Amino acid sequence: MIPAPFEYYRPREMAAVLALLAEHGDEARVMAGGHSLIPMMKLRMAEVPHLIDLQDVEGLSGITVSGGEIRLGAMVTQAEIIDSKELAQAAPILREAALQIADPQVRAMGTVGGNVANGDPGNDMPGLMQCLGARFTLVGPEGEREVAARDFYEAAYMTERDDDEVLTAVAFAVPEGGYAYEKQKRKIGDYATAAAAVQIRREGASCAAASIAMTNLSDTPVWSEAAAEALVGTELGPEAIEAAVTAMLAEIDPSEDNRGPVEFKRHAAVVILRRAIARAWSRA
Amino acid sequence: MPDKMHVKLTVNGEAQEFLAEPRELLIYALRERLNLTGPHVGCDTSHCGACTVIVDGKTVKSCTLFVAQANGAEITTIEGLGSPDDLSPLQRAFREHHGLQCGFCTPGMITRATKLLEENPTPTEEEVRFGMAGNLCRCTGYQNIVKSILAAAAEINAAKEAAE
Amino acid sequence: MKDDVESREDRTAGLKGLGCARRRVEDLRFTQGKGNYVDDIKLPGMLHGDFVRSPYAHARIKSIDASAALALDGVVAVLTAEDLAPLGLHWMPTLAGDKQMVLADGKVLFQGQEVAFVVARDRYVAADAVELVEVEYEDLPVITDPFESLKSDVVLREDLEPGADGAHGPRKHHNHIFTWEVGDKETTEQVLEEAEVVAEEMVYYHRTHPCPLETCGAVASMDKVNGKLTIYGTFQAPHAVRTVVSLLSGIEEHNIRVISPDIGGGFGNKVGVYPGYVCSVVASIVTGKPVKWVEDRMENLMSTAFARDYWMQGKIAATREGKITGLWCHTTADHGGFDACADPTKFPAGFMNICTGSYDIPVAYLAVDGVYTNKAPGGVSYRCSFRVTEAIYFIERMIEVLAIKLNVDAAELRRINFIRKDQFPYQSALGWEYDSGDYHTAWDKALAAVDYKGLREEQAQRVEDFKAGKTRKLMGVGLTFFTEIVGAGPVKNCDILGLGMFDSCEIRIHPTGSAIARLGTISQGQGHATTFAQILASEIGLPADSITIEEGDTDTAPYGLGTYGSRSTPVAGAATAMAGRKIRAKAQMIAAYLLEVHDDDVEFDIDRFVVKGAPERFKTMKEIAFAAYNQAIPGIEPGLEAVSYYDPPNMTYPFGAYVCVMDIDVDTGVPEIRRFYALDDCGTRINPMIIEGQVHGGLTEALAVALGQEIAYDDLGNVKTGTLMDFFLPTAWETPNYETDHTVTPSPHHPIGAKGVGESPHVGGVPCFSNAVNDAFRAFGLTHTQMPHDHWRIWKTANRLGLHG
Repeated sequence: MIPAPFEYYRPREMAAVLALLAEHGDEARVMAGGHSLIPMMKLRMAEVPHLIDLQDVEGLSGITVSGGEIRLGAMVTQAEIIDSKELAQAAPILREAALQIADPQVRAMGTVGGNVANGDPGNDMPGLMQCLGARFTLVGPEGEREVAARDFYEAAYMTERDDDEVLTAVAFAVPEGGYAYEKQKRKIGDYATAAAAVQIRREGASCAAASIAMTNLSDTPVWSEAAAEALVGTELGPEAIEAAVTAMLAEIDPSEDNRGPVEFKRHAAVVILRRAIARAWSRA
Repeated sequence: MPDKMHVKLTVNGEAQEFLAEPRELLIYALRERLNLTGPHVGCDTSHCGACTVIVDGKTVKSCTLFVAQANGAEITTIEGLGSPDDLSPLQRAFREHHGLQCGFCTPGMITRATKLLEENPTPTEEEVRFGMAGNLCRCTGYQNIVKSILAAAAEINAAKEAAE
Repeated sequence: MKDDVESREDRTAGLKGLGCARRRVEDLRFTQGKGNYVDDIKLPGMLHGDFVRSPYAHARIKSIDASAALALDGVVAVLTAEDLAPLGLHWMPTLAGDKQMVLADGKVLFQGQEVAFVVARDRYVAADAVELVEVEYEDLPVITDPFESLKSDVVLREDLEPGADGAHGPRKHHNHIFTWEVGDKETTEQVLEEAEVVAEEMVYYHRTHPCPLETCGAVASMDKVNGKLTIYGTFQAPHAVRTVVSLLSGIEEHNIRVISPDIGGGFGNKVGVYPGYVCSVVASIVTGKPVKWVEDRMENLMSTAFARDYWMQGKIAATREGKITGLWCHTTADHGGFDACADPTKFPAGFMNICTGSYDIPVAYLAVDGVYTNKAPGGVSYRCSFRVTEAIYFIERMIEVLAIKLNVDAAELRRINFIRKDQFPYQSALGWEYDSGDYHTAWDKALAAVDYKGLREEQAQRVEDFKAGKTRKLMGVGLTFFTEIVGAGPVKNCDILGLGMFDSCEIRIHPTGSAIARLGTISQGQGHATTFAQILASEIGLPADSITIEEGDTDTAPYGLGTYGSRSTPVAGAATAMAGRKIRAKAQMIAAYLLEVHDDDVEFDIDRFVVKGAPERFKTMKEIAFAAYNQAIPGIEPGLEAVSYYDPPNMTYPFGAYVCVMDIDVDTGVPEIRRFYALDDCGTRINPMIIEGQVHGGLTEALAVALGQEIAYDDLGNVKTGTLMDFFLPTAWETPNYETDHTVTPSPHHPIGAKGVGESPHVGGVPCFSNAVNDAFRAFGLTHTQMPHDHWRIWKTANRLGLHG
């Protein structure tokens, strides 16, 4: 498998990236780790006459935790997320999720920016970022703007990001309470049959706040406000969980693929969500 | 046709320079330009790990890396991990514990395992299985691969202790 | 003198012969990345070939325009059927007596079919040129179901004369290929009619693929100066390839050299002849330059030989006490667009007639109908002897179905029906003579090892707990007792393209007492260089470490039929032993001469000949080897060499007893293998380390097939499982540890009593995993559910049984 020829650029500054994007329009694409894009190029399902490699661009790396805020540069790899002690302390759900993405070699290259930016419904980070209420920083010719992860995804491979913009970072408040990233997949390296990201804050016996998102059960990640609300104020008894599950089921819209028919995916979604809620609650 | 680019790599300690199309995949640069045919192409889509090499300290799948991306990098392949007179503990252990059959996955396996043991010198069986999950083998059923890696870890650690 | 003081044990151990867990000689190269696989071969001036393939499963080709591709800098040629036709190479014969298009001749019959072959300066230009070849298709109705196919008006194979016989007799329909019948239909049907109990089931063995980690490929090099064609390729049968190439091309066989270098796994995938091989040869002849073709993974899964795809309708008759009285099977075999199954000529469904399994079944009948569909051709034996895994899956499911019908324990049902030890050699109702076996001993050992009774008690408790809402996991106990038929085989009934399925070994002992032996087989990871030297070491008394084994070069190796169907040890291993015995016979005469006694007065003792009754008078084999080259011995030619072509008198019949304990999450459909016990009896054990490795590997391939590995098509004939994201190859994480065990029942007709083992774990493993899944749901009324048991299908079974509330 050989991709079509392309011009390759490895700029050092974002200004140069933006200039290339402006010059070549939709013939240009930026690439982080390349582990989504390169297979598509090799299969000749993606044609990229102008490929802009972001690896040398300044300011896209690093994990910072300060002032109750976590910032991940777009080029932070899944492996760096897993290895970061600071992050494991501040937002352990990230490590739990990253360990369930692909395999060690792919995690060494795959980045958080690439994972959230391309809009692949199979990717795990978008749902997780919606759960965490993250904001994505986009830099374009008009300057910088922030878009909430929950507003970012429009359809499969369609996002709020304009063609001339680059996603440079994700940021979110240090999450509080219990967490769980639960994923059913056929094997290591597979996308989710169903996956759920859950954060729950507990006060006394009851749930003070919750956030729930699911992955690969629609053409975008599904963050369900109603599912979370069904838990808030309750002690997470069977009725509350049932209500949360029902709310989520109303919002997912899985399609049939090799992982199974729609009815199975809806059932798996319920099971995975229940498990994620239970585990998050047990840690809350 | 885009211009060829000037690529510089350090491979197994030796400086290499050549002109290549940016789309050339690192695996083919290693195999076809530098005659390092240890790493193989097995799946083309980053699932099998037969093409695993070490790039700037990370084990990566070189079928999913353009040579342009690797420009300037330091690379180690299976050929750089030991020599006929001085096999690495993993190379010895794979033979001793029958951790290979057809040999096609073996260079990628040993390369990945080398890195795994650097990251975690005392892995449990479960950690070995998880840490090796990016490398497929069709022949061995993995049982003896796991055994080989655990044995190599024990040998490396014993040697370290003896040296201390 | 070291020899004088060494004990017999030390001398034996020093040989590293039979029974030694000898470390593999191959591994020094492989662990250093110094293997030499086809894609590693680089010849001066080498060009690269790449295919234009059909995106359609069934379509007429209106036109092919290669002008844009040919205009691309670096493109040397674009071959189409039109270019191959004058050479008569646009079609090629298949191993099954059918023919297959090398390049699409007017139409395509499956997605991924080869339409044009681009030859270019390098792989990059070739890939670009493929995109530039414009093919105009007119799509035709697609048939992916063999039952539909037999009813359809759509004629898939327009090249076949309507009403004319096929290679295996009359064809009943334009999409029908053959009917193969074995056994006694009338009596079997009568037994079924009069039986106290009859269990029936449709057992589907889904389509899958051997998927070795190395894909298929070839480098062809026509040397026009010397008139010699050299072909390096991923060939499991290099000698047969040479003969076929000669017959097809008209190049005399002595001018063709076929080399199978290291092969990165075969599992049956590399038995067939593929258009890529033919096109690279033609391209090299046309251009006068070496041409390399190596397929990518997607091409491998879409177009090279698949395995299985058998719909097996079964009926099994028994008494109320469970004694089986008859077996009936009708199989509908989906062969795809061309019949390219790799079976011995007289066996269009391979050895499917081993489907009476390990049981003493008095009467049986088997019919197989081969059918064309719009799927890839193939039908190879994926890690099994010809269609044996289908046969054993069928009988091992039918036994379970019968146990359910009779409401008896499936282990006990097997036991009362086993062929008894005293019945061997045993004539089966479907025509085989089982050479040897001791099934009851193996079964008892296996059941005791896993505490079978305890497992059933635990399972019963689990069912109670499940019903009481205490757990959502069910427990399955999978049982399998299999008998294989391997080592094809006797030339009187086994041939491929008319070539008898003997095999060979040629030995040369060097003056200093080391040796080289060459065989007609070819290792794809089985470790032949290690094990065949062990056979020889024991036979000729020279250390295995002093014996080089060479295979795969038709210019140097003796003719043989290659490696597949677990035939290397039964056939080439036997040839090795026999050639060794010829060496020994000559050595005996040399020793007698040197010791100045009569030939009959010396006897072989481990590594030497000794004078009978005077063990202090001896000549070591090393001394004898030197004498063979430096002494003028009256009546004996100088040198020490031998060759043996071995035609086995019978197949061998390895067997085994497997138990799998599995937990199944009823809500997600996720199975977890808690324990797997495998007892194998492969007769004499040559290298226990290698046997164990073969068992681990075969079981893992079995796990893959049983639990999800599938070549799936949609209704338009699109392959849905074309990459390793969707085609299930388990990683170390999904694979359990296995417990191995053995009994030893030597083959009575094999020179060293060995039977072959590489495929046993796959043949026994698939039904064992599948039976475990089925067994988990037995308490809830399940009789049978089809493979592959991936998450959603297991979930669906649970759902159908009402287990989701």
